[in-house]
Amino acid sequence: MELTTLTYLFVGTTFALYIGIAIWARASTTSEFYVAGKGIHPVANGMATAADWMSAASFISMAGLIAFNGYGASVFLMGWTGGYVLLALLLAPYLRKFGKFTVPEFIGERYYSRTARIVAVICLILASITYVIGQMKGIGVAFSRFLETDYDTGLYIGMGIVFIYSVLGGMKGITYTQIAQYCVLIFAYTVPAVFISLNITGNPIPQLGILSTMADGNTYMMDKLNLVVSELGFNEYTTQVMGSKLNMFAYTLTLMIGTAGLPHVIIRFFTVPKVKDARATAGWALVFIAILYTTAPAVGSMARLNLMNTIQTGPVGEVTANIEYEKRPQWFKNWESTGLLKFEDKNGDGRIQYYNDKNKDFAAKAESFGWKGNEMVKVDRDIMVLANPEIANLPNWVIALVVAGGLAAALSTAAGLLLAIASSISHDLLKGIFRPDISEREELMAGRIAMAGAIAMAGYFGLHPPDFAAGTVAIAFGLAASSIFPALMMGIFNKKVNRTGAVAGMITGISITMLYVFQHKGIMFIPGTSFLGDMSPNWFFGISPNAFGCVGALANFAVAIGVSKMTAPVPDHIQHLVEDIRVPAGAGAASDH
Amino acid sequence: MNRSDYWKENLRLVAILLAIWFAVSFLFGIILVDTLNVIRVGGVGLGFWFAQQGSIYTFLVLIFVYTKKMNALDRKYDVHEDK
Repeated sequence: MELTTLTYLFVGTTFALYIGIAIWARASTTSEFYVAGKGIHPVANGMATAADWMSAASFISMAGLIAFNGYGASVFLMGWTGGYVLLALLLAPYLRKFGKFTVPEFIGERYYSRTARIVAVICLILASITYVIGQMKGIGVAFSRFLETDYDTGLYIGMGIVFIYSVLGGMKGITYTQIAQYCVLIFAYTVPAVFISLNITGNPIPQLGILSTMADGNTYMMDKLNLVVSELGFNEYTTQVMGSKLNMFAYTLTLMIGTAGLPHVIIRFFTVPKVKDARATAGWALVFIAILYTTAPAVGSMARLNLMNTIQTGPVGEVTANIEYEKRPQWFKNWESTGLLKFEDKNGDGRIQYYNDKNKDFAAKAESFGWKGNEMVKVDRDIMVLANPEIANLPNWVIALVVAGGLAAALSTAAGLLLAIASSISHDLLKGIFRPDISEREELMAGRIAMAGAIAMAGYFGLHPPDFAAGTVAIAFGLAASSIFPALMMGIFNKKVNRTGAVAGMITGISITMLYVFQHKGIMFIPGTSFLGDMSPNWFFGISPNAFGCVGALANFAVAIGVSKMTAPVPDHIQHLVEDIRVPAGAGAASDH
Repeated sequence: MNRSDYWKENLRLVAILLAIWFAVSFLFGIILVDTLNVIRVGGVGLGFWFAQQGSIYTFLVLIFVYTKKMNALDRKYDVHEDK
């Protein structure tokens, strides 16, 4: 069958499935809308958490970043999995014991302050909206390829679908749908990886493929990749760092604590029946996440190898070793039409030269071949996973499957995030603070309106995303890391932190992170408004804006503890509350006030 | 047998597990990566392997060990939920 027909078929069938489940499990009460009641098994909840968690950034973007950053991209692999250890050990069981619906609700009660609750809502919305922008970028890429339109049109269509889909459902619908989405996305991710690993190394298990020799048995696959990229002036794959070691350290730490501070993930742990299950859910979620995350290094490295070999078909320097533009493969043409892949024949020889023209030594050598600069002027990292099966000449149904998987990943996360935004506005701000007498119907309606507003805003920023999908998402993690995580952790582990300290800490943390991001990436990410420029010499100790959240978090801890020492101590009944959440006994169902 | 002993034991367990968490990711995967890369696992260095594979497997083990030990601790101090 034709690729386009197959893609419509796969995407159509999976969408019908999700929407069917969403209608079948439609939320009718506020408690179902927010937390799906309490009857969800840890394994099922773990799977839904994994789908919720693994977004367009993990599915579409991450392997592309690995492909081009090699070892440097390890920050994403470690950062986005290691956070679950923090979540399981430091937060999940205690928040479950506390037994409320939202993160700001916990912060408001623990710090006995409406101000703290409002500050938490603001931090949460900033982090979540930034995160949704990253998803929108991924959705735009997937739809533009699938419908063969330009990126902007793909983005508008994606916004419409996210709107219909998440506004309808609520948490109960989302949980069951996300289980289905996990199955689709993990199948779509691993099938091409197995095929490609088999093609290149002869080993069907991608995790072992990257350690193996090439199918011809002579050289190790990674050694071969190192050779291929360094021959064209690129950095050696297995040793290239991202910025510096310090930047990588900060980046990893930011993603880890950000993971443990993101409201749409934490909210999951309110939905399990028992404290015991909250611990297990984190473990199961990581099992399902690890399947994708340990496969990603294989997808990235093998995609890079295939890409290089497609363009540079023989020894570097030989005229006929560069593919003729007219003979470029179909996938190349398809991606050119999205505008995410661009070729420019700089030396007018009708052939494609793809090399690192920023490497001075190699650029000189390239000139002697008659090359006049890198002709692949744009290779958007976010296209790699979707293009990968096409580059490897896999059957059409695999390509269609990957598109369906990418959409599943982006939609499931966007829906979860929008729900977190909706609940913080309708539940925390409206019901909790401004209009306590609001009816359930009105609260649900307010939540749905908040979702629509968030989609529109994220779509607007998605037209000019500050970074690749994964980079944009990393900024969201920085915001969550610097504001929410420290407040939650101190709320449980330090009885002495009081309301003034917590509020001052959160404001300090998120302000430092946001100012740093804005000064390098533009105010509200608007291009051209960055007053320091997004380049490494201007970075504080070489720490990139995406990695800065951990510095904000440190400031948050320091300010909160310092201010608490100087202001009125925590009242007795709050100290008892903290002691109470530290033990599992007596945990009831998540309750509404 | 009181709640503060329970809490202390909990903190000790968390501290040990987080030390391992730090070692496999930040220490082996970033700080000592070049040193460890001298040792080869198939076609890649050990440091690279920890950064892209090994740390993730270790994280999994850490969470399940924590879950098991904490559930046992809940029973030892009789603060579990099933009473």
